[in-house]
Amino acid sequence: MELDVGAEGPTWEDGPLTVTDFVRYQGASGDMNPIHHDTEFARKAGFPMPFAVGMRQAGVLASWAADWLGPENVRRFKVQWREQAWPGDVLTYSGAVTALREEAGQHLVDIEMTVTRQTGGTHLRGWATFAVPA
Amino acid sequence: MDASIEGHRGKPFRLVVEEGKVREFARAVKSSNPAYVGEGPQATSPATFLASSAFWQGPEHSPWGDAALNWERILHGEQEFVFPGPPPAAGRELTAEARIDRVYEKEGKRGGAMTFVELVTEYRDASGTVVAESRSTIIETSQAPGS
Repeated sequence: MELDVGAEGPTWEDGPLTVTDFVRYQGASGDMNPIHHDTEFARKAGFPMPFAVGMRQAGVLASWAADWLGPENVRRFKVQWREQAWPGDVLTYSGAVTALREEAGQHLVDIEMTVTRQTGGTHLRGWATFAVPA
Repeated sequence: MDASIEGHRGKPFRLVVEEGKVREFARAVKSSNPAYVGEGPQATSPATFLASSAFWQGPEHSPWGDAALNWERILHGEQEFVFPGPPPAAGRELTAEARIDRVYEKEGKRGGAMTFVELVTEYRDASGTVVAESRSTIIETSQAPGS
């Protein structure tokens, strides 16, 4: 595995998103907020339609990073949400190595990640640290 | 938002990392990684898996107490997980405790104060060692995000 600073993970595409994708995550996580599947509820709250569960895409991003750098190696995973994602969106997951460090005898890899909508807008940004074998 | 909720703690709760839940969660976040959904024992759980633990607890485990939250104005702004070692494997029994770690205000870009609440949940194994920490940043805006 090439892990110099700037090395990029293989890009993923996810979508077009459906309300079923949101419901599947909601059932798995227990977060049943109706704003993600009930159109009438979402409209009353001022949205045109239900929108994606932010934690779902955070989870997909974590899946992406785990496939790249190893599920057991993750030591820190952080996301910040930017614009909403909507049914029909096609999201692109990508990221690159920003630093290689050594701490307490462990080789650590810092990465920065983004989830981008088909419009070019940023749905979320992420930062993670993985401990990788030497 | 009442800043005096800073420091509030929920009652600790027991949490078993269940194999079936890990598999279901991994599928919902588009993973086919054998570490989560393979035929062998699950060596680890997905990095955001523990986010689901709060949704299955009783109100006594929540650190919010009687705090009046205007849910129409609440945004989940940021979420972080820290693992001192590999994330907990299926079958592990953990004890979790949630607390309101910080409450602070910032001026919003479009005017109006925003209140930030950082909610921390620590997950410990049977020996009392912290195996995971979750930090959620919740933002209460001065108007509903959809308006």
